[in-house]
Amino acid sequence: MYAQALNVAEKAHADDPELRARFQSRVDAEEKIEPNDWMPEGYRRTLVRQISQHAHSEIVGMLPEGNWITRAPSLKRKAALLAKVQDEGGHGLYLYSAAETLGVSREELVGQLLTGKAKYSSIFNYPTPSWADMGMIGWLVDGAAIMNQIPLCRCSYGPYARAMIRICKEESFHQRQGYEIVMTLARGTPAQKKMAQDSLNRWWWPALMMFGPSDRDSQHSDQNMAWKIKRFSNDDLRQKFIDATVPQGHFLGLTFPDPDLRFNEATGHWEHGPIDWSEFNRVVRGEGPCNRERLKARQKAHDDGAWVREAALAHAEKRAARKAAAKIAAE
Amino acid sequence: METPLFTYTLRLADNALVLGHRLSEWCGHGPMLEEDLALANMALDLIGQARNLYSHAGAIEGQGRSEDDLAYLRDCPDWRNILLVERPRGDFAFTILRQFLYAAFMHPYFERLSASKDETLAAIAAKSVKEMAYHLRHAGEWVIRLGDGTEESAARLKEALEDLWPFTGEMFEVDGVERALIDAGIAVDPAAIRPVWDATIDHVFGEALLARPRDGWMQTGGRRGEHSEHLGHLLADLQFMQRTYPGATW
Repeated sequence: MYAQALNVAEKAHADDPELRARFQSRVDAEEKIEPNDWMPEGYRRTLVRQISQHAHSEIVGMLPEGNWITRAPSLKRKAALLAKVQDEGGHGLYLYSAAETLGVSREELVGQLLTGKAKYSSIFNYPTPSWADMGMIGWLVDGAAIMNQIPLCRCSYGPYARAMIRICKEESFHQRQGYEIVMTLARGTPAQKKMAQDSLNRWWWPALMMFGPSDRDSQHSDQNMAWKIKRFSNDDLRQKFIDATVPQGHFLGLTFPDPDLRFNEATGHWEHGPIDWSEFNRVVRGEGPCNRERLKARQKAHDDGAWVREAALAHAEKRAARKAAAKIAAE
Repeated sequence: METPLFTYTLRLADNALVLGHRLSEWCGHGPMLEEDLALANMALDLIGQARNLYSHAGAIEGQGRSEDDLAYLRDCPDWRNILLVERPRGDFAFTILRQFLYAAFMHPYFERLSASKDETLAAIAAKSVKEMAYHLRHAGEWVIRLGDGTEESAARLKEALEDLWPFTGEMFEVDGVERALIDAGIAVDPAAIRPVWDATIDHVFGEALLARPRDGWMQTGGRRGEHSEHLGHLLADLQFMQRTYPGATW
């Protein structure tokens, strides 16, 4: 009810040029926008979409790595992986909370994930058949995520920016941990080196696609830049990631699955071959190796947990009723 | 030849690892996000306890076996955990009730073990007792919620109790291995835990409107290496990498 009232009030002012101008000047001055501040409806909508997609990605992202928790090759790795996947659940929780400050409930957002209305990062639709994938996800997937997320620590929306500061700290720990797993494999037996190389071959291109379509084809960029929700273009972030990552791979003696990859002395950047955007579009559309599996796993956890959530609610209501009855009896 | 102290330490370690492993199977599949995180927390505590205990067991044995050698390179008959912890995770009622039954025992157990004459066991116990206090509180609260929640949750909890109760007796067993260590002030006498455990169970079951089953016939064998069908599958998962790539470093 309360959220509805807010929406009505806001619609009345939605096109108020004065409010819009004041809002934009605050954003331009690098002031943080807080939940009770006036904001354009498009800004709110964009943030809800972005923050909830990010939250869903964390939650769905628990699945490919969760696949190795019971099979991790040492107790140290088992504990570290479990703690890492748990951190991702924690990130999901802060992000759902940040989205809730914009007037949507977690239930509603989870419902959008389960019905397929909301997206999550396509990278998690790829499978993790080998232990090396635990290293590769940390090194490449978390590495790419950090490139995207560090600028979000300065995002104009306060609750999101603050959540991202904590998340980035943990992600950068995960990335180093992932690289260390890959390093151990690269310096291990021939079978371990092969495991690492095979995993890099599978994850490299999907990791590059994580930055989204090329700037030439990206829909939301200009407005999001003006609102300071986004600060760098997809292609700039992708280039930063490649420049940081390629030397790390070469240091381990690994080969990137891109015959066109070369260092341009003049620009100081690594140049990559063409990205297969048809694969990207296909996986986003639902035609990736694990799309159905991932959503079904989330749906199953949701359905299997329904009786637990109902019991918790029923118990809380009983307690409250008993407390109220005791209070009346005492009076 | 296993010395009594080695076997004793291994029993504690195996209980912690096997239960930690079962809890870790929930990660990403919990009934709600908060509980997913809580189950992972408890799993991490138990895996941490197991690591410390395995290192200590390896040192007692003195043959250079590491925590990983002990966890990854033993077959079923060499595992010393109680049967309770190797039961498959079941539904949430089963998982949380088992956690409660175990924590209600291990919390007072570690309290006493923290005064062990074996200094390493005492130190591990002193750290673990804080963790088990949380497990006991968290699982106990859930037992009450489920027991006094909906018709379905009460029925599921009752079913879980019927499944689990015959596995609780093994926690209180004492054999020759342990008797001498108890007399030497190294191990804890589970007989001393019984009244505390009974009181905790009765209190929480009372709030959960759950009838305590009669203590009839009890399952036994895990501590001697006689296991159910389930442990082998758990080990197949746990040990897959170490068995497939012998001698590699991870």
